[in-house]
Amino acid sequence: MEDTVVDIDLKEKEEYIINMGPQHPSTHGVLRFETCLQGETVKYLIPHCGYIHRGIEKMSESLTYPQLIHLTDRMDYLSAHINNEAVSLCVEKAMGVEVSDRVKYIRTILAELTRIASHQLWWSAFGMDLGALTTFFYGLRDREKILDIFEESTGARLLQSFITPGGLMYDVHPNFQKRVTEFVKYFRKKLPEYDQLLTGNIIFRERTQGIGYMSLEDAIEFGVTGPSGRGSGFHCDIRKIEPYSAYPLVKFDEITFDVGDTYHRYLVRMKEMWQSLSIIEQLIDGIPQGPIMLELKAIKAPKGEYYQRVETARGELGVFIVSDGAPSPARIHYRTPNFSNLFIINKISAGHKIADLVAISGSLDLVIPDIDR
Amino acid sequence: MYDFTPIIESISGYFTSTFSPLWAGVLLMVLLGIAILGFYAILGLYLVYAERKICARMQNRIGPNRVGPMGLFQTIADLIKLLMKELIYIRNADSILFNIAPFIVIVASIMAIGSIPFAKGLQAIDLNIGVLYILAISSMGVIGVLIAGWASNSKYSVIGAMRSGAQVISYELSVGLALLCMITFSGSMQLSEIISSQEDGWWIFKGHIPALIAFVIYLIAGTAETNRGPFDLAEAESELTAGFHTEYSGIKFAFFFLAEYMNMFIIAAIATTVFLGGWLPFHIYNFSVFNNLMDLIPPIFWFFGKTAFVIYVMMWFKWTFPRLRIDQLLALEWKYLLPINLINLILTSFLTLMQWHF
Repeated sequence: MEDTVVDIDLKEKEEYIINMGPQHPSTHGVLRFETCLQGETVKYLIPHCGYIHRGIEKMSESLTYPQLIHLTDRMDYLSAHINNEAVSLCVEKAMGVEVSDRVKYIRTILAELTRIASHQLWWSAFGMDLGALTTFFYGLRDREKILDIFEESTGARLLQSFITPGGLMYDVHPNFQKRVTEFVKYFRKKLPEYDQLLTGNIIFRERTQGIGYMSLEDAIEFGVTGPSGRGSGFHCDIRKIEPYSAYPLVKFDEITFDVGDTYHRYLVRMKEMWQSLSIIEQLIDGIPQGPIMLELKAIKAPKGEYYQRVETARGELGVFIVSDGAPSPARIHYRTPNFSNLFIINKISAGHKIADLVAISGSLDLVIPDIDR
Repeated sequence: MYDFTPIIESISGYFTSTFSPLWAGVLLMVLLGIAILGFYAILGLYLVYAERKICARMQNRIGPNRVGPMGLFQTIADLIKLLMKELIYIRNADSILFNIAPFIVIVASIMAIGSIPFAKGLQAIDLNIGVLYILAISSMGVIGVLIAGWASNSKYSVIGAMRSGAQVISYELSVGLALLCMITFSGSMQLSEIISSQEDGWWIFKGHIPALIAFVIYLIAGTAETNRGPFDLAEAESELTAGFHTEYSGIKFAFFFLAEYMNMFIIAAIATTVFLGGWLPFHIYNFSVFNNLMDLIPPIFWFFGKTAFVIYVMMWFKWTFPRLRIDQLLALEWKYLLPINLINLILTSFLTLMQWHF
C-alpha cells in the first residue's frame, strides 16, 4: 500500500478530476469532493461545502431562545436531542439557573439513546459504503426501536425539539422507563450480531485496517473530535473533560485507540454503543421526581458572552452566545463537529484508492447539514 | 425414463419430412432461437425476482409482494416500465459503440445458454469442445462492458469499465484452470460426455480434495467473472454510482441487468454440469432402493435444483460480504487463486494418471 502522494507536476499533466457529489451515493448528502485521480489513486481532493447552507446562525438572531432550539435540530439531525441540550445548557448557564435532577437524568438518557441511534445509522451506512448492503437493514431495524421510544415521549421521531432552556417541553411518557429498559435488554443481544456481520469479516478488515491513518498531531491540529479523534488517541470526550447534566453521576469509559486508522475509528463507535447502554442502565431506574420545567419569568440571557460545549455523537459541539440582554441572541455561533472533522479528509485519503476514500469519509461519519448550518 | 431425445427427434423429423432440407434447417433454427430467447427472458426475470426475495429474507424485509401473488409479476412489471422509458442519448457519446455495447453483452450470454445440457437430449448444440466454447463466449461479454464504459464518455464509466476489464481477464484464468482440472478427470470437453462420466458418482465426490478445491475456486472466480457479489467493482454503486452502465437508460440498461443475472445462471449451470453431475440424480453406492427413488425425480428438476443451489450460494455471499478493493481483488487472483489452481492441476493430473479417483 502506497501511503505517499504521487509526485508529478500537476500543471504539465492533464488531470483526471471527478466530482463526487453533490449527488453521489456515498457522500450521504449534498457534499462535493473534487477528486483528482491518477488511475484509481486519489492524488488530492478538495471538499466543497455550502450546498445546504440555510443561515441557521443568522436566523437565530431574530428568534427567542425557546424558538431557536428548533433550528438546532436541523443542524446535525441525527443528534437532535444533544443539539437542543447544548443550547439549553448555554442559556441556563447564562441565566445562572440549574434544572432539577429529573430533567438532568432524562436529558442524559435521551442523549445516550440519541448517540446509540446515530451510531446505528452510521454503522448501517458505513457497511453500505463498503458494499455490504445488508448492514443497512440490520442497523435500521434496531434504530426503529429507539425512534419509537422518542415518538412516544416527544411526539417526533427525528427532529424532537424536546429539550428546551429551563427543562423539557413535556414530561416523558409513563411507559418511558419500561420501554427503555426493554430496549437496553434487546440491544445487548443484538449488538454482537453487528460484530458477526461486519467486524470479524476478513474483507472488511482488509478494507479498513491501515487505511486513512490519522496521527494524534493531525487530529489535534485539525480539531477532529468525537469518535474520529478518539480513534487516534485524542482524549476529547467532553462528557469526561467537562461533565454536564447527569454525567458526573455515572461511570463509563472513554474509548480511545492509539492507532488512528479507519478500523479503529470504527471500533471506537462500536464500543461506545456498549458504554451508552451502560450509562442508560445506571440512570434509568433512578429517575428522581421533580419539576420538568423551571418557573422562569422570561428566558433571556443577561448581557455578556457565554460558551457551552457538549459531546454529540460526532464530536464536540460548542455553542457561543453573545447577548445584549434581549430575549434573542445578538450573535450565536455553533462550533459544529462535522465542519472540523471534514477537512482532514484530504490529508488522510491522498494516496489511497478511490474505494478507500469512500471508506474514510464513511469512517468520519459526516452529516452534511451540520457542516453547512 | 424422462428422455427428451424422442420428442426433439420427432419435432425435427416432422420438419425434415414436411419441408425441403434447406427450409427445415432454417425453420428449426428459428424455432430454436425463439425457444432459447423465451427461456432466457423468463429465466432472467425470475432470477431477478428470486434475488429480490432472497435478499429481502436476509435483510428482515418482505420483498416484492404487491404485483401478482407473492409479487410474482413484479419483475415483469419492471420490464414493461423499462421498455417504456425514454432512451437517453448522450451528446458526446460515441453513438455507434454506445448502442452496440448492450447487444454484445446480451448476445454473449444468449450464445452460452445454447450449449448447456438441461436434461438428457435437451441441449441446443452439443459441441465436442463445449467447455472451451462456453469459456470463449462468456468472456466475450467483457468486450461489451469495455465498449460501454468507453463509449459513454463518462469518467465514472471509464473507471468501471477498466476495473471490469482487469477483473474479468484475470479471473478468466482461474475459471479456465478450475475447469481444466475437471476436464482432466473426465477426459472430455464435450458437456454430454462430462455428464455421462459422472454416472457412477459426481466429480465433486469422486475427485477427492482437488475437485473440491477446484469447485471452490470456480465459484469464487465465476462470481468475479459475472461482476457480482463481493466482486461488483465494475458497478460499485457507493464509489462509481453505477460504473460502466451509469449512462444507460431504459431497455439498454435492462439488457445489462438481464445479462448479469443470466451470466450468473450460466456460471451456476456449468458448475452443476461439471462438478455436480448435471442432470444426473443423486446416487448412493449400492443402495438401490434409494437410487431408484432418486431416479423417479425427472432430470430437469435435478438440473435446476442443483443450479438453484449454486445460485443461492452466490446470492448468499453477495448479500453478506463487503466489496473488495481493486488491488485486493487482483492480488487475490494472481497471488492466491492462480498458484493454488496450478498446483491443483498437477495434483489432478497425477490422480488421473494413477487412476486413484473412484
